[in-house]
Amino acid sequence: MMNELLDFILLREANTRYVVAGTVLLGLTAGMLGSFTVLRRRALLGDAIAHAVLPGVCLAFMFTGTKDPFILLVGALISGGLATFFMDVVQRNTKLPPDVVLALVLSVFFGIGIFLLTMIQQSGMAAQTGLDKFLFGQAASMMGRDVVLFGLIGGSVLFILFIFFNPLKLISFDPAFASSVGFHVFRYDALLTALLVAAITVGIQAVGVVLMAALLVTPAVAARYWTEDLRVMMWLAGAFGALSGWLGAFASYYIPGLPTGPCVVVATTFIFATSMFFAPERGVMARWLRHRQTGRRIMRENVLKTLYQLHEEVPEKQLFTLHDISEKRFFVPQELALCLRRLVKEGYVRQAERGYLFQQKGWEEAIRITRLHRLWEVYLAEHLAFPDDHVHADAEAMEHMITPELEEKLRQTLNHPLHDPHASPIPYNNSASTST
Amino acid sequence: MIVSDARRSEGQTIALEVHDLTVAYRDKPVIWGVDFALPERQLAAIVGPNGAGKSTLLKTIMGLITAASGQVRVYDQPLEAVRKEVAYVPQRESVDWDFPTNVLDVVMMGRYGQMGLFSRPGKADREAAMSALEKVGMAEFAKRQISQLSGGQQQRIFLARALAQEARLYLMDEPFAGVDAATEAAILELLQSLRAEGRTVLVVHHDLQTVADYFDYVLMINMRLIADGRMEETFTTENLQKTYGGRLNLLSEVAHLATRHSHILQAEKKPE
Repeated sequence: MMNELLDFILLREANTRYVVAGTVLLGLTAGMLGSFTVLRRRALLGDAIAHAVLPGVCLAFMFTGTKDPFILLVGALISGGLATFFMDVVQRNTKLPPDVVLALVLSVFFGIGIFLLTMIQQSGMAAQTGLDKFLFGQAASMMGRDVVLFGLIGGSVLFILFIFFNPLKLISFDPAFASSVGFHVFRYDALLTALLVAAITVGIQAVGVVLMAALLVTPAVAARYWTEDLRVMMWLAGAFGALSGWLGAFASYYIPGLPTGPCVVVATTFIFATSMFFAPERGVMARWLRHRQTGRRIMRENVLKTLYQLHEEVPEKQLFTLHDISEKRFFVPQELALCLRRLVKEGYVRQAERGYLFQQKGWEEAIRITRLHRLWEVYLAEHLAFPDDHVHADAEAMEHMITPELEEKLRQTLNHPLHDPHASPIPYNNSASTST
Repeated sequence: MIVSDARRSEGQTIALEVHDLTVAYRDKPVIWGVDFALPERQLAAIVGPNGAGKSTLLKTIMGLITAASGQVRVYDQPLEAVRKEVAYVPQRESVDWDFPTNVLDVVMMGRYGQMGLFSRPGKADREAAMSALEKVGMAEFAKRQISQLSGGQQQRIFLARALAQEARLYLMDEPFAGVDAATEAAILELLQSLRAEGRTVLVVHHDLQTVADYFDYVLMINMRLIADGRMEETFTTENLQKTYGGRLNLLSEVAHLATRHSHILQAEKKPE
């Protein structure tokens, strides 16, 4: 195992080099191109074209009797091109929605492809063995000549992507505007489709027609989680694609007979799942953490405000028990206990033997949140003509969102009111603490 | 034709001329024989009920939709010859604001038409984009991700992109839709400064309450052109009724308007 792994990683055998070069190149090309097709909302188009190249491959084989990759590629190109042409014609002349057209062309072409494939397998033609590899891919079967051919095609696809980066970006973001400044959106869509056909044609031997779409869509979607910049997204998608390709090739090399396609899919899916959960900002975890943080902050602000109100009712009272707090406002007991523990830890309040005392930090925060609540109530009542008895609920939510800038505007607009609509005083002075 | 010829004899340059424009979606006409000539240096509004073909008219003028028949001329030339002189602002909702790009990049797209296909944006392009951002008060947002913008900010970015095109004729699809009051005021100010610079602006507008205050020229359409001309002569109760037909809710709006803009109605009553 170790030796084989090293052999593979160090690319000791010529065949390994071809296989790795081929699949990495394919992953890179598909990932980068996929960034555009995903953003242009053409993700399914790749899947449809991938399935649609199969009959072309089969027919090319039946007519020539060889498995020369160049000839099979020509067949794939023609078949993929025909499929896109059909999609376009059907789309223009019927009222069918685009997804129906895609599904139709995909299944019809693929069905014909499987039919032809079965015919070939039963014909007993000498060279027929191995053609079924085109279904799920077999990277290990790639030869040096294939890699050179793929390299040429993949390289051209990337070159064209870079040349037309600006227009492709523009038509992906805002096609109507693109066409208003004189870009022919239809032509660029056709270009994107042509690049798709080319990339898929390269991919059929390595990952197969059935799963090729995974390499076009998944790396791009995974990359989107990590960045807000299209260029970075492209490179990242390319890297994810290349990595998946490499892993797929390795699996296929290590376990002879294992098709590459499914391995590549497993690898991309793993990268995608990791991205979805762990990416900063957009990832599920990050969102969940942010959500929890906001929840904790709101809870903290509510507890501090409640303490302030208790103090307001009986000014000489400095020490508040759990019982006092729950009397004043309902909190889930466990949550309240947890929150108070955090407040103590973060220095908002101090725990004494028989209750809790304000610390300076907590006092200031309590005043701030009470002030925001009451300022907002005044604003609702005075400027939006809310009845006085309806302002509280809205202020309960807004007090947690008002920024310092907005507070300043509120204060100026309202001319520093002294009382809220329920006649409670609005506290302005942060420093006047009763705490010791 | 007659109208535009008459205006031309008054010595006014015509910014946009539309001749007998008909647009159909699969045999169903949406715009029928629309014919008008918009003089330059105007703030013009297109008003009409939902489904009247307002957006379609703009898109057809820009060549985004192929007309069944008719002709569009901009500064007396076919659109293709003067495309760089025309800027189009699509509806804000027409794009995905979660697209991975930043504010400056979007505004820079306004320079693509001038830049040519293969060139990278140069210093002049960057300066034009930044100055456009300043004009809409969004300069400090240049590096902000567009997914973080509010609706009003999105609209300002779209306007900045159009400003970066440095065009003579501006076509805007509902720039006032769904923006806050501050943005509405800022956009209005921007339109007025465009007019002051000698540019012409044609805006699809949905708020009948503000049409008369914001614009000085109006096209009233409901599939066909009901009326067009200077605001005070054209934006009349009678034309509003013709445009909005028997729609009760809108008629009540019209009644409200009639009281609010009584000065216009009085001007209309004056003998010619």
